[in-house]
Amino acid sequence: MHDWQPVFTSLWVIWFFVLFGGILVWILRPSQRAKWQERGSIPFRDDAPTHRIPR
Amino acid sequence: MSASTADAAWTRSRSRAAETEYVEGPVKAFAVITLFWGIVGFLVGVVIASQLAWPALNLDLEWTTFGRLRPLHTSAVIFAFGGNALFCTSLYIVQRTSRARLFGGDDMGWFLFWGYQFVIVAAALGYVLGITQGKEYAEPEWYVDLWLTVVWVAYLIAFGGTLIRREEPHIYVANWFFLAFIITVAVLHLGNNVSIPVDLAAGGFSYSAPAGVQGAMIQWWYGHNAVGFFLTAGFLGMMYYIIPKQAERPVYSYRLSIVHFWSLIFLYIWAGPHHLHYTALPDWVQTLGMVFSVMLWMPSWGGMINGIMTLSGAWDKLRTNPGLRFSVTAVGFYGMSTFEGPVMSIKAVNSLSHYTDWTIGHVHSGALGWNGLVTFGALYWLVPVLWRKSRMYSTALISWHFWLATLGIVLYITAMWVSGIMQGLMWRAYDELGFLQYSFVETVAAMHPYYVIRMLGGLMYLSGACLMAWNVFKTITMTEAEEAMPARQAAGSAVAAG
Repeated sequence: MHDWQPVFTSLWVIWFFVLFGGILVWILRPSQRAKWQERGSIPFRDDAPTHRIPR
Repeated sequence: MSASTADAAWTRSRSRAAETEYVEGPVKAFAVITLFWGIVGFLVGVVIASQLAWPALNLDLEWTTFGRLRPLHTSAVIFAFGGNALFCTSLYIVQRTSRARLFGGDDMGWFLFWGYQFVIVAAALGYVLGITQGKEYAEPEWYVDLWLTVVWVAYLIAFGGTLIRREEPHIYVANWFFLAFIITVAVLHLGNNVSIPVDLAAGGFSYSAPAGVQGAMIQWWYGHNAVGFFLTAGFLGMMYYIIPKQAERPVYSYRLSIVHFWSLIFLYIWAGPHHLHYTALPDWVQTLGMVFSVMLWMPSWGGMINGIMTLSGAWDKLRTNPGLRFSVTAVGFYGMSTFEGPVMSIKAVNSLSHYTDWTIGHVHSGALGWNGLVTFGALYWLVPVLWRKSRMYSTALISWHFWLATLGIVLYITAMWVSGIMQGLMWRAYDELGFLQYSFVETVAAMHPYYVIRMLGGLMYLSGACLMAWNVFKTITMTEAEEAMPARQAAGSAVAAG
């Protein structure tokens, strides 16, 4: 088992790089740009539940 | 639509509004107690700064010595002032950005409030009475740790439960930072406080389970990530909500905020070993800590740029909104201290800076400049909102507070830079025969003027906080007639224009 430790260590580093790279791709895809930016306006929708006015 | 249908719709709407009414009582209590503990913590800071300049102020009493008051100061400002500010803002923000009532309702909010105050008082009494497990920022003994664990698990349930019942499909980035703060602090607290009680009669005295260099490494894994996740991630959550609200525009780049989050999460947890350079810690671990610390510079500055650029197109608000001035200056200090930290983690620099006042200056540019100012900015926005007022009582007092705090920080950190670098250089100076050029007591004597300047800087910071307390009190108790009068802006405008 001890002999395999360097292999697992390297695989763990590679896994972390792949995971972080995947997160970057997920966030930075140009097709998702508008969707992400729209989420930035959530703080301005925070009063909705207690201020609903009946039609 | 007939009248009866409209009435029914109105009734349904009102009952829905009642169901989703936000929990605010405990949030208000957290806001007030934040200010109270802040003043206590700053006051003790001024006292111990004075003790360093004039040792007679230790009073020859065991309860008032620097060694006992120093952890009282650090815990009061970090965990009492900072911790209550985080409870206050996170419970407010998670409800608003999830459009959901706090999980557990008012009862949960009040349990968190009183439970956390009990932790603070128990810890503070322990420090003054000399009951400590001797770990920096983790001094309370095991029984206080156990109670904090109960409170913290309830906090996680309240916060996570509110997120689960959210109406908003996306979890806003501020909540990601708050959740990382809550979960990681829980892991750090449990990991670093494993101890074996040995004497219940002597204040429950215990020994730390991990010994030697392993114990030191776990302690600084905890200590540095208390900075990373308590004082950074949590307060970034505050920043990502409060600055957009103050500037009345969304964060500059929401995508950058997500990259900022994941970069910090991936990198911060590894940086702790830079506190143990040139010790018995294996050399590769020291280098690992240094490398990750240097890498942290990039995401930190990404976050700083994101915060400041949120004002893009609205810079004029800095002239008219002194609360926003606090928040933006805080982000500037965040950028400055997250540049200085990686520089100080480089082993060659650390060989000069470690154990000197430079470290104290660095910590305070982060604590006073980033954590303190961002909290003040948040409270200046939050207090009128929570108490349904149109504005703070006095804009002029906010401006006075801003300049007192900012100049106080400048005095503090410049004094500590000069003092620290001088101290480091005096310690390593050799004469032509290879002997140390200065005795230790000569270095202590050389520090005296800088310790006085540091105390004056702290006094200015404390004075600003006292002005804020008065302003907040007057805002809360302001009548409608007073509210209708023009805000006391004259002095504030003059200061702002200057």
